[in-house]
Amino acid sequence: MGEGATALAGGTDLMVEVNFGHTRPENVVALRRVEELAQWEGGRIGAGVTWRRLERDGPRALAQAARTVGSPQIRNAGTLGGNVGTASPAGDGLPFLAAVDASIELASESGRRTLRWDDFFIGVKKTARRPDELISAIQLPEALPDRQEFAKIGVRNAMVIATVYCVVTRAEDGETRVALGSVAPTTIRARRAEELISSVASPGEEDLREFARLVSEEVTPITDHRSTEQYRRHSSGVLARRLLERCLR
Amino acid sequence: MIVSFKLNGEETTARVTGPLSLLDMLRDEVGLPGSKSACEQGECGSCSIVLDGELVCSCLVLAGDVEGSEVTTVEGVAGADVLHPVQEAMHEAGAVQCGFCTPGFVVAAVDLFESNPSPTTSEIKEALAGNICRCTGYGAIIRAFEQLAGRGT
Amino acid sequence: MTTKTTTRITPAKGGVGESPLRPDGVPKLKGTFEYAQDLHADQMLWGATTRSPHPHARIVSIDVGPALAIGGVHAVLTADDVPGRATFGLEHPDQPVLASDEVRYWGEPVAIVAAEDEPTARLAAAAVRVEYEVLEPNVDGDEAERRDDTFRRMRIRRGDQEVQGEVVVDGYYEVGMQDQAPLGTEAGLAIPDGNGGVDLYATSQFVHVDQEQVVASLGLRPDQVRAHPTGIGGAFGAREDVNLHIHLCLLALYTGKPVKMVYQRSESFTGHVHRHPARMWYRHHANRDGTLIRVEARVVIDGGAYASTTAAVLANACYFSVGPYRCDSVSVDGVGVRTNNPPCGAMRGFGAVQVCFAHEAQMDKLATELGIHPLELRRMNALTTGDHMPTTGQLIETPLPTREVIDSLEAMPIMDDGPPDDVTQLPGGTGLTTEPGDVKRGVGYALGLKNLGFSEGFDDFAQARVRLTEEGAIVETAAIEVGQGLVSVLAQIARSGLGLSRAVVKHVDTSRIESAGSTSASRQTQVSGGATLEAATKLRQRILDAHGGDDLNDSGVWRGGELVVGIEELAEAGWEETVTFRHPPTYAPDEDGQGVVHADFAVAGHRAVVDVDPDLGLVKVHRVDTSQDVGRALNPESIRGQIEGGIMQGVGLAIMEELVIEGGVIKNPNFTDYLLPTILDAPDVEALLIEEDGSWGPFGAKGVGEPPTISSTAAVAAAIRDATGRPVTRVPVRPQDIAIG
Repeated sequence: MGEGATALAGGTDLMVEVNFGHTRPENVVALRRVEELAQWEGGRIGAGVTWRRLERDGPRALAQAARTVGSPQIRNAGTLGGNVGTASPAGDGLPFLAAVDASIELASESGRRTLRWDDFFIGVKKTARRPDELISAIQLPEALPDRQEFAKIGVRNAMVIATVYCVVTRAEDGETRVALGSVAPTTIRARRAEELISSVASPGEEDLREFARLVSEEVTPITDHRSTEQYRRHSSGVLARRLLERCLR
Repeated sequence: MIVSFKLNGEETTARVTGPLSLLDMLRDEVGLPGSKSACEQGECGSCSIVLDGELVCSCLVLAGDVEGSEVTTVEGVAGADVLHPVQEAMHEAGAVQCGFCTPGFVVAAVDLFESNPSPTTSEIKEALAGNICRCTGYGAIIRAFEQLAGRGT
Repeated sequence: MTTKTTTRITPAKGGVGESPLRPDGVPKLKGTFEYAQDLHADQMLWGATTRSPHPHARIVSIDVGPALAIGGVHAVLTADDVPGRATFGLEHPDQPVLASDEVRYWGEPVAIVAAEDEPTARLAAAAVRVEYEVLEPNVDGDEAERRDDTFRRMRIRRGDQEVQGEVVVDGYYEVGMQDQAPLGTEAGLAIPDGNGGVDLYATSQFVHVDQEQVVASLGLRPDQVRAHPTGIGGAFGAREDVNLHIHLCLLALYTGKPVKMVYQRSESFTGHVHRHPARMWYRHHANRDGTLIRVEARVVIDGGAYASTTAAVLANACYFSVGPYRCDSVSVDGVGVRTNNPPCGAMRGFGAVQVCFAHEAQMDKLATELGIHPLELRRMNALTTGDHMPTTGQLIETPLPTREVIDSLEAMPIMDDGPPDDVTQLPGGTGLTTEPGDVKRGVGYALGLKNLGFSEGFDDFAQARVRLTEEGAIVETAAIEVGQGLVSVLAQIARSGLGLSRAVVKHVDTSRIESAGSTSASRQTQVSGGATLEAATKLRQRILDAHGGDDLNDSGVWRGGELVVGIEELAEAGWEETVTFRHPPTYAPDEDGQGVVHADFAVAGHRAVVDVDPDLGLVKVHRVDTSQDVGRALNPESIRGQIEGGIMQGVGLAIMEELVIEGGVIKNPNFTDYLLPTILDAPDVEALLIEEDGSWGPFGAKGVGEPPTISSTAAVAAAIRDATGRPVTRVPVRPQDIAIG
């Protein structure tokens, strides 16, 4: 992609900036009808795959997340690639990508490269994408954990930017992943909580409580107009524990 | 630039300068003011249209991106002198007050009933969750579509 | 004095009591209805506004040069260009048309521009160079009160001030700042008439008061400004104050061209007033048997930077601070403070909403303390016809069926079906936070009382004209249709007054009819409806008298079973009748807040059933049932629409709607973060209408718009208390208030 050009996927982020007068891009490359980007084969999800398709056909926790993105109108337009490119701490799809250690595929005239999610997301709305690169696909690992659960907290029953996003996965061998959004500058993993619970074959009340406590400790939320640091910390633990319990059922 | 596309079944061209949303192009350049602007960020559904078969918010579509596409707006869901069954149901149920959200609800509901002629109440609500109404409290809107789905009392 | 309605309902198809299809329904459904946003004129320019980025600052200089230098810009105007009165205001003209020396709130207009298209106009507005000396904003209401920086203080003293109850409960309550958030933002078009005058088509609830303010600030003769009713996308109080009206007329007269302006959503959040945030201290005294002995209250509301209707909102909050309960010892002190917060003014419920949340929390607290069921305590103390208002001492002469409201609400089946299986209807919805096992259900009750029409001696009148034409009867009015269905109900009243089935409402501009007053205070059905009924019945009588007839119907005038004059002939004769209707007089209160202050009252009750996830603090309002005093239901379907819509706004205030203000700045002026309830948040609603003859409204009708919003918030709060045991002393209730406390 040429420098100075702006990539437009579903429009659900960029067009808001245009409508608010925050940006007036001179050259826009519209990707909506680029067929290659809409391709989805196995674990390789084209950047242009919409939430609508992920809601229907995605892996469980990603489909659960997709169902909560904006509204039906937004899900028909918005794409996973756009969500990755915007890199908001509140990106709906990002906790799932973090939980399964997904990679981001970037394409430019000089070729393609792939970055693991934690090398790609480097700050609030900051990524390692170079200006000449386009996000071409999201690569999921070949095998996904059997049990995977998503939830997000918002004060109304549709169309919310959540105050906490959480994905918990648990593999047959007990390996547990916990990823959270909106509680740190980027999507994070609660590694200490993961470590604790992965080694416990059938967690009891004590383990679950300690797991929740560790999750609350590992997040680094802020207070803003949407919620408070204290609430985000508290509910991160509550939510992670609930999702783990669902994985264990 | 000149954008050519099929609007409500008819070939249409419109002049566009600068980055402009499809909504602004429809309202100001094409002269179809039925789609409403209320939030400019896809949070209210008042500007809902169908683009190449998908229900979307026209405020989030770049005008230039509809070149060669098919667009259906509220003006295109029924002939000039007739109401679509969705519109009829809303009219009968008293689902219109100020009416500013109404075109968006009409387009979203037409899209719903085309893919699912007898949705459950829950399906109706989830399909219309992107359309904000500030007047009715949604009761009459839900009753209208329950009636249309054959579930009404 | 007892007002009894004796007007006979003359049978006519589509008359009162029916729910005919809305006459504006088809164009609204087809997208052809013309809203202010849709107006267009040849050679039209677009306007935009330069606003202050500071809540408080001194304006050092304004350089319009960079804006004027942009191609396509026709005008950039500042305070120096306002030819007439430099300020405007609904009650007190204290707000600058454009700020000159100082800005006092975030988003205050400083300059206006007109350009050939909208993007250029916005670009030019941003290019106006304003140098500010930033000042510390005063955003602390206590500090403002200490400095006596206030819009009004209210003092109510009634009865023995020394009496004490056997049981005393205290409480402190807060209500956040709610926004009306009508879906259509502020918009309008001003067209110069070529003779120095101007025609204004803009979003409004009250065109005559807009016209007066335009006349004053433009320094024109009244006949040079005509304000036209136009299509409105909702109002809820946000359109009583002038915002873009004077600006549009200034730009149109300066450029000699039509000028259109449409606020964006973020601008709308600064461009209209909001519901006052309130802080309230209460003490209720009762005897052991539950008799309410004394109520003491202190109410502080923040009016923000300019007066708007703060004085009247404060008064209302104080007058209704006890609720619909008998009490003979009352002490209320209220103050509306001036700060550098966003200006606040009218919103549905107008002061009664805030105090209802507090007095109903107090009644529940008292019920718990006494071990009496909350409804029983309310019934024991129910205020009714023949009682005196606990605050003003006014004798209540119109029907006030508080007991019937309580009894009927109690009799409604509760339908306690447990948490739903449907995930979209659980707290957190498809966010999948919550499973049925995480849910606690709660039930709460609340009652609210409010005045109908304007109070405190305001000359509250409306003019309407009824004409017979070939199209049938036409009701001419300047009363604004904001979506509530006035276009239906006035036509129904005309039909039933005339005995004719064909009647339509036609809006006319300020030069062609006298004021109808504001579409607010739940008043148009009663006041403009009253004018319409009187005009219709007088016209019917005059026609009958002129032809010696004994009946008038769609065929014409009849005498002894014979048609004597055909309807076409009547239409050709140009029959018309114009009536100005006034409701019973009200008076300003004395220094103790006593007197005949109000013209009529309405009471409603709500029962909320909520599902709460206490660990995450999430709430889903499952259902809200209501019983409402409506006098006579002129259009049951419209009333149901008002009830369901009003409840939804009350639910919004209870659990999600709040403008978050930090240092005078609105942190969430958009629909991503100012959350309006969606269809998935809507509770099921069962509504009972209590009808009773005797109000002065047409056929005994009362206004119905505000009561649904008043006690629904309080009922939801009570239900959350019931589910969680949390005190819930603030609305909106935030998740952290429940989960952490």
